[in-house]
Amino acid sequence: MRDVHYAIGGRPIFSGLDLRVRAGRITAVMGPSGTGKTTLLRLITAQISAERGQVLVFGREVAGLGGGEVYALRRRIGMLFQNGALLTDMDVFENVAFPVREHTDLPEPLIRTLVLTKLQAVGLRGAAELMPAELSGGMARRVALARAIVMDPEVLIYDEPFVGLDPISLGVIMRLIKHMNQALGITSIVVSHDVRELASIADDSYLLSGGRVAASGSPAELRASDSPAVRQFVTGAPDGPVAFHYPAPDYAAQLFGMEGQ
Amino acid sequence: MSNGSGNGFLLEGVRRLGSTVLFLIQLLIACVPAFARPRLLAHQIYNAGARSLIIIMLSGLFVGMVLGLQGYQLLQRFGSEESLGIAAALGLLRELGPVITALLFAGRAGTALTSEIGLMRATDQLTAMEIMAVDPMRYVAAPRFLGGVIAMPLLAAIFSVIGLFGAQLIGVQLMGVDQGVFWSQTQGAVTLRDVREGVVKSLVFGVACSLIAVHEGYYAAPTAEGVGLATTRTVVASSVLTLLLDYVLTAEFL
Repeated sequence: MRDVHYAIGGRPIFSGLDLRVRAGRITAVMGPSGTGKTTLLRLITAQISAERGQVLVFGREVAGLGGGEVYALRRRIGMLFQNGALLTDMDVFENVAFPVREHTDLPEPLIRTLVLTKLQAVGLRGAAELMPAELSGGMARRVALARAIVMDPEVLIYDEPFVGLDPISLGVIMRLIKHMNQALGITSIVVSHDVRELASIADDSYLLSGGRVAASGSPAELRASDSPAVRQFVTGAPDGPVAFHYPAPDYAAQLFGMEGQ
Repeated sequence: MSNGSGNGFLLEGVRRLGSTVLFLIQLLIACVPAFARPRLLAHQIYNAGARSLIIIMLSGLFVGMVLGLQGYQLLQRFGSEESLGIAAALGLLRELGPVITALLFAGRAGTALTSEIGLMRATDQLTAMEIMAVDPMRYVAAPRFLGGVIAMPLLAAIFSVIGLFGAQLIGVQLMGVDQGVFWSQTQGAVTLRDVREGVVKSLVFGVACSLIAVHEGYYAAPTAEGVGLATTRTVVASSVLTLLLDYVLTAEFL
């Protein structure tokens, strides 16, 4: 991404963002809530296009792609949604089989083998018959991961994969992300604000703040940084460059003003 | 001030109309590949049609019975109670069948469509499909729209038949109109033109109600409140539009 600008409803989200994801590595994108991490993913998957600047995916500029080319691009990308986004009217097996059925004419036995292999990889082969509503949050996310890799994508995007998981599920997901990257050589982009989890799996990391990259480098370099914004994020201090208080009128004046009414 | 908000209201109305028409065009384009998925389509016809059968049949029976009672009382004044069959058949085929079916459809199947698609939007399922390079317009919207369009004339036909049976039940069995006269008069008076009017109306209502239901769901705000609002709008807009179109079509056929 080069010098990307994007605004939602007049509020700038990105102003001059530069970010590079290297093939075959795990890249972490971190930042406080509301810094546009999800918007970044939507730019990469061509759901929205940048107002200024370039977004290049597989060396091609996303903005100039036609409808068919966008779909061709997306077939090379797998994405894991925060809540899994499983299709609620199908069971686990059919959910994982869905992209295969839509994009290929493979015979049924082959689809079965493929789906069962992917479910085995996330440890949920036994849950193939369950409906999405019967799964726990962590299981739903693992099924979604199986679905994301069933078409053997070159790039896997994780949107907040650690949110709301118990420590065991979290460990499982972390190991899976690492495994997908090492065993299958999938380029991974992990968007999250869980600094500690990311530090243990990421090769490169970017910290977003104020619409641009505030810091980048390996997790260790980030931790050693003495920039106040980075320090606040890494240590989790409540106040600092990112203020604890949302902009508001003067506290005392507002309180006494209320009293007068 | 009032002029300003009036303008805003008008603008919003025009914007909504434009968005719906654009959506209809996209939908029609997406309908062509939807026919290549007969299983998906059959499932939606079942959802919109078969699952509405009980409410349609029950309502048809009661509407027919009321028609039988009221019609008999009215026709008796002119001594022409044998014509009850004609009155009931024409009323059902041309008006009550298509209109009441459409109103019930909006309440039963339309709301289900809107909330289902709206919730799919709210839980990122539609976005997930887009990322998987599956067009939700083709996979989700078009089969549901077509299912509604195909189901509506069938439901209206069933409504009319059951309604006529209800009118017969009251007129012949209860009030004593001669059965032979009832049916022969009906057969003699109902023409293909009347049937066609009913079919055309129910098809148009089917397009209107399904379009509104799918459109509202597809563009519902992805929150609990947004889906609720969209569902309400589906019922209100479908009902008003059905009655408006009914007037236009009736004027056209006369």
